Amino acid sequence: MPQLLLGNEALARGAIDAGLSAAYAYPGTPSTEITEYLVKSPEAARGDIVCRWTANEKTALEAAIGASYAGVRAMASMKHVGLNVAADPFVNAAIAGANGGLVITAADDPSMHSSQNEQDSRLFTDIALMPCIEPADQQEAYQAPAVAFELSEKHRIPVLLRMTTRLCHSRATIELGERRDRNALSLPEDPRRYILLPVIARGSYEHLIEQQPALIAASESSPFTEYIEGADTSLGIIACGLAYSHLIEVLDPSSEHPILKIGQYPLPEHLVEQLVNTCERILVIEEGYPYVEGKLRGFPLRSEPVVHGRLSGHLPRTGELNPQLVADAIGASHPTAGTASTLPAPRPPALCPGCPHIDTSKLLKEVLSDYPETGKVFSDIGCYTLGALPPYRVIDTCVEMGASITMAKGASRAGLHPAVALIGDSTFTHSGMTGLLDCVNENANVTVVIVDNLTTAMTGGQPSAADTRLVSICKGLGIDPDHLHVIEPLPKNHQENMATLKAEIDHDGPSVIISQRECIQTARRRKKAKPADGGAA
Amino acid sequence: MKRDLILAGVGGQGLLALAAVIGEAARSLGLQVKQAEVHGMAQRGGVVQSHLRYADAPVHSPLVSEGCADLVLALEPMEALRYVPFLSPNGVVIANAAPFVNIPNYPEEEAIRAEIESLGRAHLIDAVDLAKEAGALQATNMVMLGAGSSSLGLGEETLIEAIRTFFAGKADSIIETNITAYRLGVEAIANR
Repeated sequence: MPQLLLGNEALARGAIDAGLSAAYAYPGTPSTEITEYLVKSPEAARGDIVCRWTANEKTALEAAIGASYAGVRAMASMKHVGLNVAADPFVNAAIAGANGGLVITAADDPSMHSSQNEQDSRLFTDIALMPCIEPADQQEAYQAPAVAFELSEKHRIPVLLRMTTRLCHSRATIELGERRDRNALSLPEDPRRYILLPVIARGSYEHLIEQQPALIAASESSPFTEYIEGADTSLGIIACGLAYSHLIEVLDPSSEHPILKIGQYPLPEHLVEQLVNTCERILVIEEGYPYVEGKLRGFPLRSEPVVHGRLSGHLPRTGELNPQLVADAIGASHPTAGTASTLPAPRPPALCPGCPHIDTSKLLKEVLSDYPETGKVFSDIGCYTLGALPPYRVIDTCVEMGASITMAKGASRAGLHPAVALIGDSTFTHSGMTGLLDCVNENANVTVVIVDNLTTAMTGGQPSAADTRLVSICKGLGIDPDHLHVIEPLPKNHQENMATLKAEIDHDGPSVIISQRECIQTARRRKKAKPADGGAA
Repeated sequence: MKRDLILAGVGGQGLLALAAVIGEAARSLGLQVKQAEVHGMAQRGGVVQSHLRYADAPVHSPLVSEGCADLVLALEPMEALRYVPFLSPNGVVIANAAPFVNIPNYPEEEAIRAEIESLGRAHLIDAVDLAKEAGALQATNMVMLGAGSSSLGLGEETLIEAIRTFFAGKADSIIETNITAYRLGVEAIANR
């Protein structure tokens, strides 16, 4: 009987069945459920898989590279912007190569459902010269890890597995396959390959370039690539990943247009050439950036053949695809939409009732109201970012993980006062600690508020890497203990907490206030986990 | 056999559980299922919706197209109206009548009620009261499952078995509360 699994769960199950030994990740929507599935699996409980949430995506990928070095199959998972954090090991791992199969899973978020951008992870493969697999549906997401590990071990190169939100977060009935044994430990045949001194790296880079034709050939014969012949060559369609599922949904069964389904990169060049040479017009349907379309258009003055897609305006330049958009692009008919009601009001996400961030947001708002012009709160990525919305409107920036502390420092050194940084416990250990060290070394006049809810809340309550060590971490980084406070954000403590915050804003130098109270969601789950107490999930 | 459904609600109302039970029922009948759902930021009291599609033939896209939904099943009345463009000409709307007001500019309740009733094949269910009658406010989602069940084409026994599967491992009293809630939903729609 098939199982009903999320795309992310199918991928995780596929990785286990492909002989996965090591999995590392930092949570981030839409990638989180991959590692949630692995962490909860019986294989992890038995110790067959080493599976850990790590401090950030860079440390996750580096641990996976180390596992691959030791000969086992390893995977690091992250959201698309996490790949920015892990870009250094990503690009250099392609040069060092893989020993045990090494897969990096990046989940892109077109339409920015839970992200600050919609960058397309496929572009990173052009920098790294790394192959990429992009499943078209959940069944392929299940099969993809096995194919990716084989590709990785055959060519001794890491492989990117690209997912997108709708595939990550939709369920489908999946047929499971056989389970492959895990690899035994084995060391790289060339013991110096992982020493990327220039003298070695130059040769490795040449080798990586020489591998490209073989990787293109692998894309052409990939189980995720398919060339469907057709007599109507007025239009040839290229559909990548999930876009292929939308295409098949809306395509007239009698359609005779040739179709190239792409599920593996580098581009299957000969198949693309065959389509381009056969058809008068090419339409490229892809989730994310116009990556394939851009490659096909080449120099903009070239007129033949005509390439259409997101750049030409036949599909929207931004946002995720859906069946209607694809139907319009291929000229297929589809039902007309009903008239929209004008009544529904937007319902933005909000902090949960009882959330500790509500008290910290109120605290900041009241203290900063004494500095209406210059008082700025440099915030970060997490639930507390919702303090940007009414009724709080308390934060002034949110750019990327860890930017709060370092932006506050830069603004303070430029003359702005007060400069307050607001950062969560998990974001602090992800990439805030090094910035705090900079603040100490420059004696920057920054007040850092670490909202410590003892978990990674926004992504569903994964463990926080700080555990309960934030005070000792801040002391160790050099924060003066006289300017390091732990407060409890509760209404009854409001006046006392205001006094603490005001005093530290007045202090000329770096200070840290840890505003500590457990996330209301994890607290509820923890209580619920003990006795069963009724009700639907 | 083919169904395209939109499930609508607010983060925290138990929409994903509702989707999981229907999906499991369809799967257990050997149907092909695709179901898109919302995770992440929106789950914090924001708009949450699920596209649920099943058929006895391959289902390709995980998304329901506008103009194609056989049923909009909503845990909240304003959220039901948000998805009217997805309804097929014969599509049905079944919504919990109790508003979930967590925004300052929530429309007049009467206006929402009137607009839903003007849609034709639309039903408002006092699901919160029925859930309390069943024994748990949190079972509102299962009341709505019962209210929508006649449009699902899956059969009562299959749906009840799917509830048991979904809540497997929970106390028997929890499972029974949810099944009672389901039955109250079935009755509520039958009595209209």
